[in-house]
Amino acid sequence: MTTVSEEMRELGRALSTQFAENFLGSREDRGELTLWVLPPAWRDAARFLRAGGYDHLSDLTAVDYLDREPRFDVMAIVASHQTHDFIRLKTVVADGQPVDSLVPVWIGADWFEREVFDLFGIEFLEHPNLKRILLPKDYQGHPLRKDYPVTGPAGSRFR
Amino acid sequence: MELVTPDNGGEKEQRMLYSSDSFFPPQGRTSGFGFVTTNLSKVIDYFGVDKYIRLARKHSVWPALFGLACCAIEMMATSGSRFDISRFGAEVFRASPRQSDLMIVAGRVSIKMAPVLRQIYDQMPDPKWVISMGACASCGGVFNNYAIVQGVDKIVPVDVYVAGCPPTPEALLTAFNMLQEKIEHGIPPGVSPAVAHSADPSLVRLNMASVAPYPG
Repeated sequence: MTTVSEEMRELGRALSTQFAENFLGSREDRGELTLWVLPPAWRDAARFLRAGGYDHLSDLTAVDYLDREPRFDVMAIVASHQTHDFIRLKTVVADGQPVDSLVPVWIGADWFEREVFDLFGIEFLEHPNLKRILLPKDYQGHPLRKDYPVTGPAGSRFR
Repeated sequence: MELVTPDNGGEKEQRMLYSSDSFFPPQGRTSGFGFVTTNLSKVIDYFGVDKYIRLARKHSVWPALFGLACCAIEMMATSGSRFDISRFGAEVFRASPRQSDLMIVAGRVSIKMAPVLRQIYDQMPDPKWVISMGACASCGGVFNNYAIVQGVDKIVPVDVYVAGCPPTPEALLTAFNMLQEKIEHGIPPGVSPAVAHSADPSLVRLNMASVAPYPG
């Protein structure tokens, strides 16, 4: 069982004051700390966390809440090699709205963001090589969206 | 007795027997002799060495190294010492499609892999055979989704389907023995034994056609 340390709370509070106008909220659940920011502060909040000791981008993905507006959560899990703690940083993105790429902060965000672009259709600004990574180049649609039929659209190939 | 030889006026009959004409355009069709020309086939027929060629071919089928998923683990077990596919002359898994006669499609084929699989099949010299190993290769299996080809027979003509998830090495060996029987009886690649049996009942053992209910 992980726990949220006082240092993590302190970092979260510092982030909330630093990006006060773009900070949505935070949550502690089952020993995990989640911080929500608005898209304008996405990259700067990531930079802030990295400067605060969270030097490793562990995961970057997205969640589709179909009936919610804005529709998507883009989510990064950052880790600290010093304290072995994790913080989840989230932002909310509407359908068709681009979000800042984290490649300038962590070079390893490259393929994660290509995967999110491939499967969710979320565009990342200033990404060096934003194209499909898993599906064929000529594929139509974004299969991990909740309104995408799991067997593919009618008349897909090899069915 | 002979199902397809260049001399029994077989062109029309041959066309009927192929499961999918689109995979075998008339100009690319062979008699099961690869690039052996009609004249050489006549010589072979004259001396009656045809059946010895088939016998030799049956006992020296070289599979291509083509494992796609967990079925490949069972395929490796099949080639290992415990099950030992070399008892049937098929232990030489070739790393190049140019040197292999048999493609064992072991695992699920994604639509991104489909053109690669077809290219490897096209690179194999005639005559060539395909075993569709396991539920995924045969019909998509549990992966009824946008990413997986729902049956490898949509890409290449399949000779034997193996049920199982994954099939046991014994199941693969049984399939291989069926394929050997097919080769021995001169049934062209891609033709189901059931179809060949209905065309010439003396050609295939009935139990073989009934054990493996092939589509088409």
